[in-house]
Amino acid sequence: MARMKFVCDSERCIECNGCVTACKNENEVPWGVNRRRVVTLNDGVPGEKSISVACMHCSDAPCMAVCPVQCFYRTEEGVVLHDKDVCIGCGYCSYACPFGAPQFPSQGTFGVRGKMDKCTFCAGGPEANGSEAEFEKYGRNRLAEGKLPACAEMCSTKALLAGDGDVVADIFRTRVVQRGKGAEVWGWGTAYGSQQAGNPPAEGVKR
Amino acid sequence: MSRPGWLFAVVALAGLAACSEKPQTNAEGVKHDAAPWTGTGTQADAGTVFTAPGWKVGDKTAWQQGLKSRTQNGQNEYNKEN
Repeated sequence: MARMKFVCDSERCIECNGCVTACKNENEVPWGVNRRRVVTLNDGVPGEKSISVACMHCSDAPCMAVCPVQCFYRTEEGVVLHDKDVCIGCGYCSYACPFGAPQFPSQGTFGVRGKMDKCTFCAGGPEANGSEAEFEKYGRNRLAEGKLPACAEMCSTKALLAGDGDVVADIFRTRVVQRGKGAEVWGWGTAYGSQQAGNPPAEGVKR
Repeated sequence: MSRPGWLFAVVALAGLAACSEKPQTNAEGVKHDAAPWTGTGTQADAGTVFTAPGWKVGDKTAWQQGLKSRTQNGQNEYNKEN
């Protein structure tokens, strides 16, 4: 089985924030915590690009490497999850993450940081699948229901693709071939280690 | 090699051992997660009303195939007639 991956097609994202809303609703994410955000580059300038950003479930996750209590684990499908019962809310993962994915609810006295919260690829956490405890701590476990993350399934323009890395890469490749441009996949190289990450397009290639 | 030379080499090697990276596997103390193809719900291999149709709960291959077709059907509009 290939790894679960996210791809955001910046040629299609219309900054509608449908993914953000879908995530919030599906997982009942508390106020002040955004597991997913839409980021717009060159906002207001003709040709601006938007991308939907959340935890990318990196192949070599830096959050996992820096966690002092080792609360992270990776499932067989490549989804990076964490155990909130082990997390101490230190925030190291937040500094390490290149996508700003880890979120910290401020619920305690004097705004003390709570346990880290992040996108789970709608795969819940280390509680019994679909249990109330899992929902309370991590949100819905859609993968165990045979579904894909709510953000991607809700995306109106299908800019946000989620699923088996081979399949989403294939869908994206078909699009690029059809439209003849927009082959850059934002964050893909950082998360999954592409050789072409961050390199400018070759001379004469349409953007 | 002289005796101090050997000693230095041994100490240097021991020091290098500290530079090795720790394995990123499930750490002790972290609860193990059930595989997603085992489904949700209290009854084994039954699923719930929320379980997507088209795959048998508990069957890993069916689950994988179900997700693949769901991705293709739901996110690849080039598969659809326009």
